[in-house]
Amino acid sequence: MSAAPSPRVALWDLFAAFLLIGATSFGGGVVAYLRNALVLNRGWIDEEQFLSALEISQALPGLNATNMSIIVGDRLRGPLGALVAFIGMTLPGSILVMSLGVAYAANASNTLVNATLMGVGAASVGLLSAVTAQIGRKQFGRWIDVAIIVITVVMVSVLHLPLLLVLLTVGPVAVFLYRPTAAPAPEGER
Amino acid sequence: MNSPGLNVLGVFATLSVLAIGGGAAVLPEMKAMVVDSHHWLTDDQFRDIYGLGQVAPGPNMLMVLVIGYHVLGYPGALLAFAGFFVPAGLISLAGSRLWDHFEGSPWRLSLQRGMAPLVVGLMAAGTISIARTAITGAGTVAIAVAVFLGLIFVKRINPALFVLAGGLAGLAALR
Repeated sequence: MSAAPSPRVALWDLFAAFLLIGATSFGGGVVAYLRNALVLNRGWIDEEQFLSALEISQALPGLNATNMSIIVGDRLRGPLGALVAFIGMTLPGSILVMSLGVAYAANASNTLVNATLMGVGAASVGLLSAVTAQIGRKQFGRWIDVAIIVITVVMVSVLHLPLLLVLLTVGPVAVFLYRPTAAPAPEGER
Repeated sequence: MNSPGLNVLGVFATLSVLAIGGGAAVLPEMKAMVVDSHHWLTDDQFRDIYGLGQVAPGPNMLMVLVIGYHVLGYPGALLAFAGFFVPAGLISLAGSRLWDHFEGSPWRLSLQRGMAPLVVGLMAAGTISIARTAITGAGTVAIAVAVFLGLIFVKRINPALFVLAGGLAGLAALR
């Protein structure tokens, strides 16, 4: 990442910004909220720094939302900033999920609750498919990518192989297929 | 090493480190551990709790709190949360500093290009694992398809509203 000087951001402002993102971002669309809040509205990091942070978030374990909060928080205010941003990001959702979870535990055998949750579960499948399709759109046109997707799905969903095994076999092969120089580089990508 | 607390911490810490590609990518493994290996939840409870998590804002895997709560009450919720978020968080903190040293390496692009389809495959597998318990008949198929089409074709609507609408449809039709 370029060493462009970042403005000094007060810890409280950092917390407030991530608390707002944590309270308003829904359904896997957190990247757009983060970009709006950090790059466009506040100018704390520039576009290039944002993309670089996103690239790291996606390559490392963990959720984009929390990884981004930690990486950006660290960039702006060091490890303490990372902690503050992470807490802001997770606090609102945690309180809501916990309250719903406790209410659910107390009413799990209620027919109306069950019918509602069946609907919510079915809707989540629709949501998850839509997010997967949107993220995978770029890959569906290239046969290498389609092959990697199909092999991964078969290994996990049909053969029920452990995730670690899938990551350690498909991962290196996929990266090797896209190794520098030999990669069938699609035009127009960074 | 057999205390239930350590089990909760250990399971979610393992999932944390494996969660390359985010939350959906780790769902099948989470379900295997939580439902099949440890019997902390039934299939249906797992589906319900996953659904609850989608109604809330922020990171989409805060449902680990509720899984921990089902095992050990509030301390369990805290252990599951710490297990799921602390290891990956520390890796991000260290990894983002290390990553800068590889600026300009062509392998960074190879890593991105290669991992992208793997992650999409894992997300598809995550969708399948939830669908296996959530899709039980014509009614649930209709809700899932409607939400999918709504999200693909109608932009600028909060996805949580679709999930809530699914809940209302369930309440009206699936009793």
